Amino acid sequence: MSATDAAETDAQERLRRGQADHPASPVMRFGPDRPLPLDSGAAIAPWQIAYQTYGRLNADRSNAILVCHALTGDQHVASDNPVTGKPGWWTMMIGPGRPIDTDRWFVICANVLGGCMGTTGPASTGPDGRIYGLDLPVLTIGDMVRAQAMLVDALGIGRLFAVVGGSMGGMQVLQWAAAYPDRVFAAVCMASGARHSSQNIAFHEVGRQAVMADPDWCGGRYLDAGTSPKKGLAVARMAAHITYMSGQSLHAKFGRNLQDRERLTFGFDADFQIESYLRHQGMTFVDRFDANSYLYVTRAMDYFDLAAARDGALSKVFQGSRTRFCIVSFTSDWLFPTSESRAVVHALNAAGASVSFVEIESDRGHDSFLLDIPEQFRIVRGFLTGAARAAGLAFAGRD
Amino acid sequence: MADLTGGHADVRVDLRVVADLVEPGSRVLDVGCGDGELLALLERTRGVDARGLELGQDGVRDAVARGLSVIQGDADSDLAFYPDGAFDYAILSQTIQATRNPKRVLEDLLRIGRRAIVSFPNFGHVDVRLRLLFTGRMPVSSRLPYSWYDTPNIHFCTMRDFVALCEEVGATVERAIALDGNGKKLPFNAPWWVWNLIGAQGVFLLSKR
Repeated sequence: MSATDAAETDAQERLRRGQADHPASPVMRFGPDRPLPLDSGAAIAPWQIAYQTYGRLNADRSNAILVCHALTGDQHVASDNPVTGKPGWWTMMIGPGRPIDTDRWFVICANVLGGCMGTTGPASTGPDGRIYGLDLPVLTIGDMVRAQAMLVDALGIGRLFAVVGGSMGGMQVLQWAAAYPDRVFAAVCMASGARHSSQNIAFHEVGRQAVMADPDWCGGRYLDAGTSPKKGLAVARMAAHITYMSGQSLHAKFGRNLQDRERLTFGFDADFQIESYLRHQGMTFVDRFDANSYLYVTRAMDYFDLAAARDGALSKVFQGSRTRFCIVSFTSDWLFPTSESRAVVHALNAAGASVSFVEIESDRGHDSFLLDIPEQFRIVRGFLTGAARAAGLAFAGRD
Repeated sequence: MADLTGGHADVRVDLRVVADLVEPGSRVLDVGCGDGELLALLERTRGVDARGLELGQDGVRDAVARGLSVIQGDADSDLAFYPDGAFDYAILSQTIQATRNPKRVLEDLLRIGRRAIVSFPNFGHVDVRLRLLFTGRMPVSSRLPYSWYDTPNIHFCTMRDFVALCEEVGATVERAIALDGNGKKLPFNAPWWVWNLIGAQGVFLLSKR
């Protein structure tokens, strides 16, 4: 890395660290009198949640769509990211004339609880003036959704027209529908499931152990120590990134091609393009994400099991639900395979809920929901349009 | 020119015959719903709470994209996940011949729906009989366009076969309608053997005895 690159990285890291308490987006602050109760039995106060909005809330506040982000996403869903300077993570899905049309819908996206982009998380300053680190209680998807519900309340919105998300965002969608059935008219859950499988927990554990094995992690107090467990977090990201792709897409993209060389070096440099690609993914990730946040948010996913509270019967969770569900899976997703989506669909059927389900043909693995796959855009647009009709929402001249 | 079809000239005639059997405002599951044409018709004209099940991804995608509640799944395996009496009508339109286990599918329909509506191509139709008689080969026509080795239709039956199956699973035939080659109702009543000979399709309204 050149000196200029290193300086830029430092600048980006400083920028990112500043986001934890003072994000470059609106933020809702809750004082000591409005604690956030957590599933663990603990509570945090004061606390804050950072969010972005797009489009305009209509007069009767009936056109709000909450978008839930995945593990390493953030609230900057359809606008430039203040840390990386890159476009939002779902600009193909959200915007004027897009499937989630901001000429029609008021879109809200909040940084999750435990995140590092302005919602209270391990990188935030706690009530005692110190950075939380591992003193922050362990969080769940239920806690994240409870925090979002308090934000939605504070924005004066009673019922959301829809909650939409993929992967961990999809978990939040299901949690919303389960915890607040009367506040969610429609729910779109992509590349996700009602629980985190043991295989997925296993991958997360590898990532967490990589972070904690880095001497610069300093028992979680690296921000106080002025260090950062970059190597461990990069390894965690590399392992996770493999799970987001499919073997087929890796092969198509990289094969066994060599990186900037004619022959093998008989060493441990990145001989292969795939190695160099993963190293790059790991390096760029550490500049935009906090290592302790990675621990907390992966743990929240691991703990997720919607049916657990109902003796393993997922259908009981959705009994009597009037929410209209749209479940989408992708053929090559081995992190959340179609069988996980199908289990949700069967439970919804058994509960008599209204549900649409499509398995989309894609060879690009779990990350398909973030990619340019016209099929999914048609599905989301069509589903939302149908739901809008059912909700009696009229949009002049747009259908 | 006056529209004599109630504004549904684009809809297949046999689907309108099925739709006419459905009471307005009821809950309907269409098994093998394709791109949702019947469901859309039912929502539009009968104000039903419509749900669909379809095996083919293209059909599901088109149905969901037009705002219908349709899931991708297989009648043979997925009907088991629906609770008893969940719908007023469970419809199986032009699909029973493509199921692996028609008897169990029919039993599931009668369990899930208060009533079942089943339509299917009648293999007892005179065309089919004559083709077999004169060419000695499985019939391929515009209505049955597949060769025997390359067809989703693996369990053909005649109208009389179907009536016998209804008897076996304890279903009452509340109404039976025979359609001609264009999907229009045969405008007269006749004994079973006549309908079985000249009906290209049968449409049955069933309930559990």
